[in-house]
Amino acid sequence: MSAGLMIYNVLCLAVPFSVALLLAALGENFNQRAGVFNLGCDGIMCMGAFLGFMVPFTLKATPWAAYGNFLGLGAAMAVGAAMGVVFALVTVTFRASQGIAGIGLQMLGWGLAGTLFRHFVGGVTGVEGMAAIAIPGLSKIPFLGGVLFNHNALTYTALLLVPACWFLLYKTPWGLKVRAVGTHPRAADTMGIHVDLIRYQALMLGGAMAGLAGAYLSLCQAKMFSDDLVAGRGFIAVALVYFGRWSPLGILGGALLFSIAQSFQLSMQVWGIKFPYEFAVMLPYVLVIVVLALARKARQLGPTDLGKPYNREMRF
Amino acid sequence: MTALEPISELKLEGITKRFPGVLACDDISLQVRRGEVLALVGENGAGKTTLMNIIMGLYQPDSGTISVNGEEVHFRAPGDAYARGIGMVHQHFMLVPNMTVAENLALGLKELHHFMNLDIKGAAKRIREVSERYELPVNPDAYIWQLSVGEQQRVELVKTLCLGARLLILDEPTSALTPQETDDLIERLQRMASELAIIFISHKLNEVKALSNRVSILRHGAVVFNGQTANHESSELAALMTGHDVVLPRNEGSGPQGEPLLSVRNLCVRGDRGNLVLDGFNLELRAGEILGMAGVSGNGQREFADALAGLRPVESGQMLFEDKDLANRTPREIIQAGMGYVPEDRQTEGIVPSFSVKDNLILKDFAEPRFSKMAFLRRKAIDSNAEMLKERFDIRCPSTSTATGSLSGGNIQKVILAREISREPKALVAVYPTRGIDMGAQEFIHEQLLARRREGIGILLISEELEEVMNLSDRIAVIYKGKILKVLPAVEATRERLGILMAGLADPDSPGDAPVAAQAGVAHE
Amino acid sequence: MNRNKILYSGAIILAVTLIAALLVALVLFAIGASPLATYKTILTGPLSDLFGVTEVLVRSVPLMLVALGIAISFRSGILNIGAEGQIQMGVIASTAMALAMPHAPKAILLPAALMAGALAGAVWGGIAGWLKAKLQVNEILSTVMLNYIAAQVYTFLLRGPMLDPSELETGSGTPQSMRLPELAFLDTLVPGTRIHMGLILALVAALLVWMLLWKTTLGYRMRTAGAGAKAARYAGIPVERYLIVAMLMAGGFAGLAGAVEVSGVHHRAIEGISSGYGFAGIVVALFGALHPGGIVPSAVFFGILLIGADMTQRSASVPANMVLVLQGVIILSIVSAQSFLRNPYAQERFFRWFGRFSPSARKAGKGVQS
Repeated sequence: MSAGLMIYNVLCLAVPFSVALLLAALGENFNQRAGVFNLGCDGIMCMGAFLGFMVPFTLKATPWAAYGNFLGLGAAMAVGAAMGVVFALVTVTFRASQGIAGIGLQMLGWGLAGTLFRHFVGGVTGVEGMAAIAIPGLSKIPFLGGVLFNHNALTYTALLLVPACWFLLYKTPWGLKVRAVGTHPRAADTMGIHVDLIRYQALMLGGAMAGLAGAYLSLCQAKMFSDDLVAGRGFIAVALVYFGRWSPLGILGGALLFSIAQSFQLSMQVWGIKFPYEFAVMLPYVLVIVVLALARKARQLGPTDLGKPYNREMRF
Repeated sequence: MTALEPISELKLEGITKRFPGVLACDDISLQVRRGEVLALVGENGAGKTTLMNIIMGLYQPDSGTISVNGEEVHFRAPGDAYARGIGMVHQHFMLVPNMTVAENLALGLKELHHFMNLDIKGAAKRIREVSERYELPVNPDAYIWQLSVGEQQRVELVKTLCLGARLLILDEPTSALTPQETDDLIERLQRMASELAIIFISHKLNEVKALSNRVSILRHGAVVFNGQTANHESSELAALMTGHDVVLPRNEGSGPQGEPLLSVRNLCVRGDRGNLVLDGFNLELRAGEILGMAGVSGNGQREFADALAGLRPVESGQMLFEDKDLANRTPREIIQAGMGYVPEDRQTEGIVPSFSVKDNLILKDFAEPRFSKMAFLRRKAIDSNAEMLKERFDIRCPSTSTATGSLSGGNIQKVILAREISREPKALVAVYPTRGIDMGAQEFIHEQLLARRREGIGILLISEELEEVMNLSDRIAVIYKGKILKVLPAVEATRERLGILMAGLADPDSPGDAPVAAQAGVAHE
Repeated sequence: MNRNKILYSGAIILAVTLIAALLVALVLFAIGASPLATYKTILTGPLSDLFGVTEVLVRSVPLMLVALGIAISFRSGILNIGAEGQIQMGVIASTAMALAMPHAPKAILLPAALMAGALAGAVWGGIAGWLKAKLQVNEILSTVMLNYIAAQVYTFLLRGPMLDPSELETGSGTPQSMRLPELAFLDTLVPGTRIHMGLILALVAALLVWMLLWKTTLGYRMRTAGAGAKAARYAGIPVERYLIVAMLMAGGFAGLAGAVEVSGVHHRAIEGISSGYGFAGIVVALFGALHPGGIVPSAVFFGILLIGADMTQRSASVPANMVLVLQGVIILSIVSAQSFLRNPYAQERFFRWFGRFSPSARKAGKGVQS
């Protein structure tokens, strides 16, 4: 198999595999920019995955079947936002330790998704998922056409969200407030910005996007749901934000890198190379550690107040 | 929205505020009118900043009222205060470092916030207007981290004025400025005073005399005096500030100068941003002397203290302590060589706040045979040590098992001092040791330092308070941009001379030429 | 700790438990199970007979060991979320060790197997500790990643090199190792039950951990590094070194837990052997206030919960995943409550409320004036 064809195959796999990571990481970026890191992202993705599957599945035989996918995505985003609010309550209002709280939220999401699935569905069932939409004209471009322009609507949305998030963060008043709140919350407070409110909003947005990411996994990628579906992608997304230096473009690059690692197993099969299954599955997780180890602190450009709760009454 | 009407009067009545264990404001009543400059004076911890934060809506008072132009107001958040025309320049600047000046202002200017569009150009325009009007040159496109301390303060002033402040509160505005920059600032404020009302907080009485019309003195959270500045002498005000005629202990200057203890030669140390913060730094500390290091903070003091404690790598140069080079040694080795250290940030660097007093007293010595036997801690020895030190150093705490973080600043500093001194070090480095500490504890600490000096310990005193440095030191070294510019005997040091050196200018060649008036004001400020 | 602080902490933990129970009840309601019946089954079912009680204790042993390790790490300032993977590494190592010397005398075989398990877990935890100390890698992320990696390593070994040859012969292919030689078993304490010497081991470990943290200079260093890293550095304590030490210990305890499970309960390495003890251990540690005195009863309590959850799965058809939900809710409640525990304002208000009941509270509430 020629090298060009191999690369083409890898990239064709990489883009759809990157969507879940990309969506979750873009959302988590808002959280971290506002000064909060949400390790419960993984748990939110689990719940999002469950709803992304459950809603179309239940609506299959009903008159609303045509809207099933859409409603599933909407439900995933809504529940994701709600979980974001819960996390905000614990870490912003109660000022709890963000790391442990995140683990707690992850357990909650993971367990709840599994419980609800077993109770309402049980067993292995599939959904139709979303069809790929080939963009007329552009999808005929050799090489790039297959890689970029032959995916489903959610993938296109995710790619478009990269510049959209960049704009939101750097060009709008809300983005300015978010960046201020994550770097120097007291300065923002003295200027009349409601620090807690901004953090709640960022966490809601981040949660909604994580929910959407989870729904993508169950609805578009695997077309089913199981306990092991999310498999730690939420944590990878959190690491991605740091790796991408809190910039949407950097996050896109990181997501592609990790999706290549994730699709390694499939790529190996396509290329006909024998590689122990478990080691291929291990690859993205090892990569996270490598990436974190090599990343040097470039905090000056990012949220320097990340991880610290804000207390106006604290004597400073 | 910004208020366009001038503030003719701000009145505070009966403001009371409690924090855990401390009554910060005790039934305070004050007023200030347009065209007036009111100085709010008091020692560190008297409640001045807390009061101003209440006015700004950062804290809520437990009781009392605030009225503007006769109308009662309730500020739930800082935005409310700004909307009413009150602005504050904090001691620690409220500027986001990785944003530009214009972006910082845009945060507060709500009218620039259109839904999807941020009007940065509008912010820059507003900045230029105000900047011209009040002659405060500021570049809207500069990033805050690129600016010097003096420039950042100008940005804060411009920002506050852009937000429509008609009453300006300044919290210790000159703490990070050289004497010349201070005079500059005072002059500017005098010009602005005619249109605005100004409250400024200070504990430096010469500035109070220079700038204010009226002065209110706070002591332990209560107003003890209100009056016209012109009618009172600095010494009178100082006495009112402390409640008694305070004579801070002075170095009498007797005693032989001992052997050189610490010789720092050509030290080069890099700061957090990679630049050389200490560049060819030379210093010599002798036994039985107090060497004061004067300088505006940010010229390398912090990095030197860190390097001396073993917490910052030394790029080149030597720090010879009794013939042993301490450069790049571990903190443990330096401590064992006989170096004591009273750090700048007592809450996080000097003690473990959640540990008991007795556990903090053995923070450096827990592995010594005194306090441990074969890896096990000797609780009885630790307890009796704590009791003994509590007595000797007058540490006020309910018991030695109390969590150290709940003590007052002065007592925390006493715990640190007790620990360091009881280790019988050969040299002691004290960094800003009396910052934020009440007069009584200050007095105690100064006495302790002078007593150690008599015992032959060499003390390096790094401080921002010129008065403290001039009172206690045998010799004074001025640090500027990572080098020691000059070392002079304390008797030859005057405020003017030190001020010129601190600003990096050449020393006037004739010592002892200082005008008498300035010298008189030195002791009690 | 003075009496008021214990009272206050106790009140908060009680409130936390009630809130958690309430929230979980909501979930139970949503899936059509009766909360009261479920709670009744969970709390009373396991203790209904002697066998049940011993089963609870069997479950509590690994929980205790893991939680003790986590308490050490948390108190030293490093959050070990990797117990799950460290347990699995411990299982692999102790099984391999035991199978490697099937004819060695018990006095050598058993301790060797247990130590191998502890060592493997220590190494696995030490990786994360080293990464944090030297490269400032966030330890939560690294330990979570190491969990996933360990799971793959475990599966790989169990289906491949360590697979019981008899499985291959019979063709059943259950991924499990050969049965351990009997000499590698931990003795049973009560005949007819599964409770084993591991319980004694765990209780002794609890005592040792208490002594370590509060009575030794090493423990002092570690607690200082965790409670005030900056001050520790100024005092000459090499904080980074103790981060690594803490993770080695935490990993070691988790690895030991794995080894104990193999030697005491299953007698071979099987799939799902860690069955969530790594995460449950975190909750046990937090619930026990990171103190051995609290961890021991907390581990027993969670043993009851785990067995109870199994029972409800069979009787009330409440899926076992509910345990994860419960654990998650408890963690969220505890960390939320901790802010109240530490908040001096809240503490003061609490004591003003209950001031009449304890005169000494007024003194404690006023703090120090100087």
